[in-house]
Amino acid sequence: MGNNSIVEVKNLYKSFGSNHVLKDFSMSVKAGENMVVLGKSGSGKSVLIKCIINLIEADRGDIKILDQSIQDMDEDEVDKLRAQIGFLFQSNALYDSMTVRENLEFPLRRHWSREQRKMGAEHAVIEALTDVGLAHTIDMMPSELSGGMKKRVALARSLILKPRVILYDEPTTGLDPITSREISELMVTVQKKYNASSIIISHDMNCIRITSNRVIMLIDGKNYSEDTFENLQKSTDPKIREFFD
Amino acid sequence: MYKVFKIEESNFLIEIGNISKFAGRFFREVIKPKQEYREFLNQCYWIGFKTLTLVGITAFIMGLVLTIQSRPTLVEFGAESMLPAMVSVSLIREIAPVITALICAGKIGSGIGAELGSMRVTEQIDAMEVSGTNPFKYLVVTRVMAATLMVPVLSSLANAISLYGGYLGVNIRGSVSWDLYWFQVFDAMSFGDIIPSMIKTFFFGFAIGIIGCYMGYFSKKGTEGVGRSATTAVIVASLLVFIIDLIAVQVTDLLGLT
Ligand SMILES: Nc1ncnc2c1ncn2[C@@H]1O[C@H](COP(=O)(O)OP(=O)(O)O)[C@@H](O)[C@H]1O
Ligand SMILES: [Mg+2]
Repeated sequence: MGNNSIVEVKNLYKSFGSNHVLKDFSMSVKAGENMVVLGKSGSGKSVLIKCIINLIEADRGDIKILDQSIQDMDEDEVDKLRAQIGFLFQSNALYDSMTVRENLEFPLRRHWSREQRKMGAEHAVIEALTDVGLAHTIDMMPSELSGGMKKRVALARSLILKPRVILYDEPTTGLDPITSREISELMVTVQKKYNASSIIISHDMNCIRITSNRVIMLIDGKNYSEDTFENLQKSTDPKIREFFD
Repeated sequence: MYKVFKIEESNFLIEIGNISKFAGRFFREVIKPKQEYREFLNQCYWIGFKTLTLVGITAFIMGLVLTIQSRPTLVEFGAESMLPAMVSVSLIREIAPVITALICAGKIGSGIGAELGSMRVTEQIDAMEVSGTNPFKYLVVTRVMAATLMVPVLSSLANAISLYGGYLGVNIRGSVSWDLYWFQVFDAMSFGDIIPSMIKTFFFGFAIGIIGCYMGYFSKKGTEGVGRSATTAVIVASLLVFIIDLIAVQVTDLLGLT
């Protein structure tokens, strides 16, 4: 512990009734690292990432983020810790009754005082939108944006509190190859600028190639294998080959 | 439609338990500090103002039609002059509040069910929680409060408008002056007619809000889940309106307010 690992997951178990999704899953993400979790559809990737941020309660196991144990915290502490974590949802989760500006300001309501918001909200919103190249959409509604733009705005919203860890749930799924590439490159840029670590759930090989420092294969609820993308690509294990062929 | 009922039946008791738990959580969260006043006012506007026209038109027609249809019976007994008194008592005690509640169950219940359902399915509720806003407080408490307050307001307006419809209905074939009509209406009515019928509309509003929110909040994945949330919300809320009405009439009876 404390050996500069930003996210530490140990022996995690999670079942829904008789559906055992995670069985003894462990991982560790170091500072500044982009860790990809690769797994088939329905293998429990979203469950894992939601356990990490305590949206789903794990049955068993330890989760430490920034050396704090999110499972043992009260509501206030959880909110404080979550302020340091950005989460990009698979379905973007933009509030569709609010403008882009209001969407980005929403996380500030809890973590900034009224004065801070009056003084700094506008600036923070524009900065985050500029980082994703969409400053001109500030007064648009989410329904007016294309799929790729929604993803960018959602990313901007998860950056607004300058998180130290960013969690991405299938950031390129459902996007065309060119947009996917742009989003992947944006993720790398953003990670550098904010000096954040990230956990990226994905099964898009191009995205993984661009973004990953290390890759974990989530198979049968376990951390089946862990290596760089290049090494995994060379693997002869049939369970791993499935993803590359 | 058949499918909706089927599912309702199989988990009927479990569902009742879950809804009660959900209502219990509402009462726990509503007293916690930090109210979402802006969202509450927003919801009052949506729930109240946007349902006003529909409720108004229906109430007007109900008043008019009920009066026209009651006349022949009263004429038979030579009691035509009782028409304003009889019609107004049935309108205020029963028809206007229940019809208003049913319209609200349809419009507000399905609206909330679909809105929260799609927010659940597209992870907006999760996103709220992650960004430090209690989604139950922000979404559920505000909507239930707004429904509980606005349904009585709508119902009161429906009372007034339906009585106006009754006035026109009386004057289609008979002739009763504006002043005399209202004199007869208020003469026939006592507090025992107005107060209990007002009180039950708060319960109607609460039930509609809670059911809509419950169905949406626990919506199942996929667009199909959203549709089902909305449909089930309407069915269950309408049914609850009748059950509350039944209980209310028993209670008023026992208290001797009739
Ligand atoms: N809230 C839930 N209740 C019951 N089962 C769930 C829930 N969330 C996920 N599951 C189940 O967990 C498994 C993994 O789901 P998920 O993590 O969403 O997969 P993916 O790897 O595609 O993201 C699936 O079988 C799904 O049915
Ligand atoms: Mg998923």
